[in-house]
Amino acid sequence: MANSLRGKAAVVGVGLANRPEAPGRNAIELLAEASVNALDDAGLTLSDVDGLFTGSAFHYMPTLSAAEYLGIRPSYSDGSMVGGSSFVMHLLNAAMALEAGLCNVALICYGSNQRTIGGRLVSMSEPQPYEAPYRPRYPVSAYALAASRHMYEYGTTREQLAEVAVAARKWAQLNPEAFARDPLTIEDVLNARPISDPFTKYDCCLVTDGGAAVVMVRSDRAKDMKQKPAYLLGAAGAHWHRQISMMPDMTVTAASESGPRAFEMAGLKPSDMDVLELYDAFTINTILFLEDLGFCKKGEGGAFVSGGRIAPGGELPVNTNGGGLSCVHPGMYGLYTVIEAVRQLRGTCGERQIEGAKTALAHGNGGTLSSQVTSILGTEETL
Amino acid sequence: MTANDPIHGEGKGPDRIFRDALAEGKFLIQRSRSSGRCYFFPRLVEPGTGATDLEWIEASGEGTVYATTVVRNRPEKGGDHNVCMVDLKEGCRMMSTVVDIAPADVKIGMAVRARIDTLNGEPAVVFVPAGK
Repeated sequence: MANSLRGKAAVVGVGLANRPEAPGRNAIELLAEASVNALDDAGLTLSDVDGLFTGSAFHYMPTLSAAEYLGIRPSYSDGSMVGGSSFVMHLLNAAMALEAGLCNVALICYGSNQRTIGGRLVSMSEPQPYEAPYRPRYPVSAYALAASRHMYEYGTTREQLAEVAVAARKWAQLNPEAFARDPLTIEDVLNARPISDPFTKYDCCLVTDGGAAVVMVRSDRAKDMKQKPAYLLGAAGAHWHRQISMMPDMTVTAASESGPRAFEMAGLKPSDMDVLELYDAFTINTILFLEDLGFCKKGEGGAFVSGGRIAPGGELPVNTNGGGLSCVHPGMYGLYTVIEAVRQLRGTCGERQIEGAKTALAHGNGGTLSSQVTSILGTEETL
Repeated sequence: MTANDPIHGEGKGPDRIFRDALAEGKFLIQRSRSSGRCYFFPRLVEPGTGATDLEWIEASGEGTVYATTVVRNRPEKGGDHNVCMVDLKEGCRMMSTVVDIAPADVKIGMAVRARIDTLNGEPAVVFVPAGK
C-alpha cells in the first residue's frame, strides 16, 4: 500500500502569469491568467476542470473565489493551507483525488500581487501571541534565528549563506523569465543592507507579483496528451510546529521526515535525483533542506554549497530557475518549484536545462520553517 | 504552587491565567505532575501526552540564549532591537528579547535572567544578562 500512489498521476500542463510587477492587475486575475496558460499547455480548457486546488493570502475561502471567478463547478476541491508549501501538498492531494475517482482534471493554481499593493509579504496570518510582543520581523527574523543557531552549532559562515544567493542569481541569469538577473557577488551579499542578523537583503527572497498553475490527470490519460508528462512518483508532508519558538531543534526541519517518506513512496534515494527545486525563502533554507533531505550530513550544508557546487556547472543543480531568491516570489513560492521541476523533466529549459534530467525533487516550505512538503517527479522511464 | 485542572475545572483558561499572573509580576509555567515535564507556552493539556495533571510553577527565571538576531530598523523607526530564543532552566524554550545591552552583544550560550517589563503596553517576560 505504501506505493499505491506512485506514478498514478502526472502533471500535464504548467502555466505562469509571468508579471513580476503587475500594476493594474489583481491577485485573482494573475491566478486566472496562469490557469488558462496551464490548461492551454495541457491541451485542455476550463470546462474540463473538475478538481480545484488553491491557496491564497487574499481570499479567505480560496477555492470558492477561484471557482467562481473561473466559472467552474468542481466535483472536488481542496484549499489546504500550509503556507507556501500548500501547492506541493496539493500535488499529493490531487493525486489522491484523481486516483479515487473524485475528479478527472485537477487544476492547482495561485496568484498574488503583493509587490504592487505594498512591496511586502501579504499574509492573512493571525499574530502569534507568545512571539508578537518581541517584534520579530516576520518571516525573516524566524529564519534568521535558525541561521544563527546553525552558525553556532556547525560553524556555518556568512560567506556560505551568501554562496546560496550567488548560485541562485547565476541560475537566474540563464533564465529569461527570472526577475533579478544583475550580477551578484559574495561581497555584494555581505555588504548589503542588514535586515535581521545574520541576513542582509540578498539573503531574503524577492517580493514580486505573479501567478502559477499546473494541471494533473491520471497517468493512463497523461501519456496521450500534448506534453511529455511529469509523473508524481512520491510526495509527503510533515509539520512539527507553527511558531518558530516551538521548533524543537532549530537546525532540523520536518523535511527530515517528509523527504524520507517521499523517497520511500518513489522507491528512490537522494543520489537518484537529477535536479532539485527547494523553496529558498532565505539562504539558510537551501542549506537546511539539502541536509534534511539527505544530500549531505547535518551541519555540512554550508561547506556543501561552497565553491559553486549548486550553481550552474556545479555538481548538483539546485533551484535552476533562480529560486525565490532571484526568479520570483509572490508570497507563496511552492508551486514554482513544481513548475521548474516539470520543465526540467520535459527538457524545455533552454540554457539552464539539465541534460537528460529524468528525476526531479520539488520541495515546499511553509510558515516559519513549519510545514515541509517534498515531492518527487519523474519522466516515463522512471515509472 | 497552584493546582489547576482546566479540563474539568471552572474559570479561566491557561492563556488568561498566565497573562493575569504576569500582570501581577509573576512568570508562571506549567508542569505535568506525572511526567515532571515543564512546557511553554501555556496549554490546556501537556502537548503530546495529553496529561491534564498540570500545575503552575513560578519559573526560576534562569535561562540560556539558544538563538539570536538583531532586527534592523532605521533610528526614526525605533532603531535596532534584539529578538532571541531562551532555553529556561526548567527545560522549555520561549521567544524573548535581551535588554540592557546592545542588541548585537547578545550571544548564543549567554546566561540570562528573566524580568517582567512592559512591551507595547502589556507585561512581557524579557531577559537581562545574568549577574547584571
